[in-house]
Amino acid sequence: MIAEAGLAALWLAAALAFLQLGLVWFGLTTDKPELLASVRPVAVAQGVLTALSFALLVTLFLRSDMSVALVATNSHSAKPWLYKFAGTWGNHEGSMLLWVMVMGIAGMAVALFERALRRDTHMATLGAQAMISLGFYAFLLFSSNPFARVNPAPPDGQGLNPLLQDPGLAFHPPTLYLGYVGLSVAFSFAVGALLTRNVDAVFARAMRPWILAAWILLTLGITAGSYWAYYELGWGGWWFWDPVENASLMPWLAATALLHSVTVLATRDALRAWTIMLAVVAFSMSMVGTFLVRSGILTSVHAFAVDPERGTFILGLLALYIGGALALFGWRIGTVREGAQFELVSRETMLVVNNLLLSVILGLVLIGTLYPLMTEAFGHKVSVGPPYFDRIAGPVALALVIAMAAGPLTRWRKDQARAVAGRLLVPAIVLLLAFAVVSVLAWGRIGVLPFLGLVIAAGVAVGSVAPLWKRNLRRTPLFTYGMVIAHLGCAVSLAGMAADSAFTVEKLVAARPGGVIETAGWKVRFDAITPIAGDNWTALQGDMTASRGSGSPIDIHPQARFFTAPPTNTTEAALLTRWDGQLYVVLGQEADDGRWQVRIWWKPFVTLIWLGGMMIALGGTLSLLGRERRGWLQKLRRRSAVAAA
Amino acid sequence: MSRWAIWLPLGLFLAFFALFASGLLKPDDRVIASKMVGKPIPAFTLPAAASDRPALSSADLATGKPRLLNIFASWCVPCAAEAPQLMALKQAGAEIDAVAIRDARADVDQFLGRWGNPYARIGLDARSSLQIAMGSSGVPETFVIDGKGTIVHQHIGDIRAEDVPTILEKLKEAGR
Repeated sequence: MIAEAGLAALWLAAALAFLQLGLVWFGLTTDKPELLASVRPVAVAQGVLTALSFALLVTLFLRSDMSVALVATNSHSAKPWLYKFAGTWGNHEGSMLLWVMVMGIAGMAVALFERALRRDTHMATLGAQAMISLGFYAFLLFSSNPFARVNPAPPDGQGLNPLLQDPGLAFHPPTLYLGYVGLSVAFSFAVGALLTRNVDAVFARAMRPWILAAWILLTLGITAGSYWAYYELGWGGWWFWDPVENASLMPWLAATALLHSVTVLATRDALRAWTIMLAVVAFSMSMVGTFLVRSGILTSVHAFAVDPERGTFILGLLALYIGGALALFGWRIGTVREGAQFELVSRETMLVVNNLLLSVILGLVLIGTLYPLMTEAFGHKVSVGPPYFDRIAGPVALALVIAMAAGPLTRWRKDQARAVAGRLLVPAIVLLLAFAVVSVLAWGRIGVLPFLGLVIAAGVAVGSVAPLWKRNLRRTPLFTYGMVIAHLGCAVSLAGMAADSAFTVEKLVAARPGGVIETAGWKVRFDAITPIAGDNWTALQGDMTASRGSGSPIDIHPQARFFTAPPTNTTEAALLTRWDGQLYVVLGQEADDGRWQVRIWWKPFVTLIWLGGMMIALGGTLSLLGRERRGWLQKLRRRSAVAAA
Repeated sequence: MSRWAIWLPLGLFLAFFALFASGLLKPDDRVIASKMVGKPIPAFTLPAAASDRPALSSADLATGKPRLLNIFASWCVPCAAEAPQLMALKQAGAEIDAVAIRDARADVDQFLGRWGNPYARIGLDARSSLQIAMGSSGVPETFVIDGKGTIVHQHIGDIRAEDVPTILEKLKEAGR
């Protein structure tokens, strides 16, 4: 019954989306305002139904109802409950239902909380959101039904991919999806604005919190995903330029550009067409990413749902939505008045530079990701890996980070080049000092990019906090703090990336129990191998102790795990975090003579990468709270002024 | 913005669309052939993996007559799925040897008892070392080896019924 109820809720939600689209269409074209009055309740009901449908699927997973095909193929009754729960979205159908739910809830939120937007634009936005949702409802209902039954029900399920059997699965995909799909709101806003010819500063201020919220979640999702891959895959790397990682990075790059251009639009009423374009591009990148992952068109470690038929379906959706939005853009943008002009030396120009650099990186990542596909069309098979991305996107990213530090130190509208240079003096001195220090420490021993990364990170860190210089810190608005923290986070993250690639020490040895491995100032004593058993796995565990200098030894336990359903081997790395880096120990295979492969990395300051990512998300959150609070305060003041009058 | 620049994004998207569509429509040939095709098999000696079949060494694969070398494991489900096709190949006259990957004799015996035993010799590759040397990345895989011990063809994944004629054809070619 639960499965049927879930499916019914999904059908009902789809019907409501159709109704919502119809109400908006006729309400706006036939001048019947009474039709528009019911749009918001319908959007709310649609959001509730998608949430209900998703909750019912979760229930099926928690109960291990093997008569449901999706549960039988992706779950197992012996799994810990957390993975039964998280396993709901560890597969194609479940994750698409999560996608649709996020879209429904985002639409509900726009219906409930959006107050600043002009009414016709608001309605057109909700219509656009319903239009996008409809395609994904159709995709779920016609080609990826998560509630399909299997008859007869198998005695037990096939289990979840053990690599996914990690607390990371409970956090990373939902966060990423909230961000990914949350960008659909920006897309709908853009379509709504084009339809109702309403692009101005008021519109930008209404759209900004939605972009910011999606961007924060996307940032968190990517950061969490990177850390998850780092400790779960046991390869010691934190970013692999895998197509699926790129698929999450591209919307983030577009959303970051959008976040900055919408600020220009909100503050100065400039960059109108460009902001609309980016809003379309950001969610388009989410959809393209989904297409790349699920069609099997590119080979990837993440390709868990490869199916050409589904690929064709999503490609159809891409054509309809991206093609449609871009056509609408071409048709309507000419009627949007040109925005305000600005001088060459101004904050606006710096933000345009930021946007251009972000777009260049986006383009490079997109080309790199699709390059195998392009050459394959001409009969060659190539794979594009980290060397391409690091070398091509790296320098542009460094330029971007420098521009990021200079931007906030430039005034809006018009500034003097000399004045800007003066404000950049201290960061520049720090940069030169860092150059001297890093040169003395590591000249010629580390690569050019890590070298520049370390130097630039130091200068940019100082440049990022420079906007607070000589300000009354108590009266500085919260969103300025948000910006400073987010920019500082970029510098921190950059420092971590550079330090990791410059100074990582890696050692692969064959060790016998009882032996001692020394590397990078650490002593790892390999005491014994003990077999242990978990809920649905068994493991050979290395009992080791690690110590540095005269410090007391700490127990670490890397494992080679064997999962029973489905039968798979995984490695569980042992991580030891210290303030100046992480010790990363992986237990490999046993050799013929009783020795074990042990791989040890010392990764100086690697944790800064994710600390920086979290600072970026925190900065975004402060910025969002600051702006929203300012909105509330203004509203309160207006109300009390009305009351006083 | 000039008139044409406005339509540029749509144009770009249409180009990508064409690329995606061509990528989806082309036949799936994602099989990556081993670098070892065309090269002699590496020298090896493996212990016997099953109680009623002899052990396998590289010399056994260079007998003057082309043979199949099937890489399988008792714990591998697709290997059980391809068992009928291997039997069919044997009935069609193919001589098949096998390497069991990371396996135990009792498990192999049980597997062969259940799904049939088309093999002449079975070697046990307890640590996948031969598998790696052969350029094979998973189980099951099947190699066609000519009479001189040179790898002439690699089939990745389980053998489906429709693959049987291709493999027999390759065997015949290897015999010429």
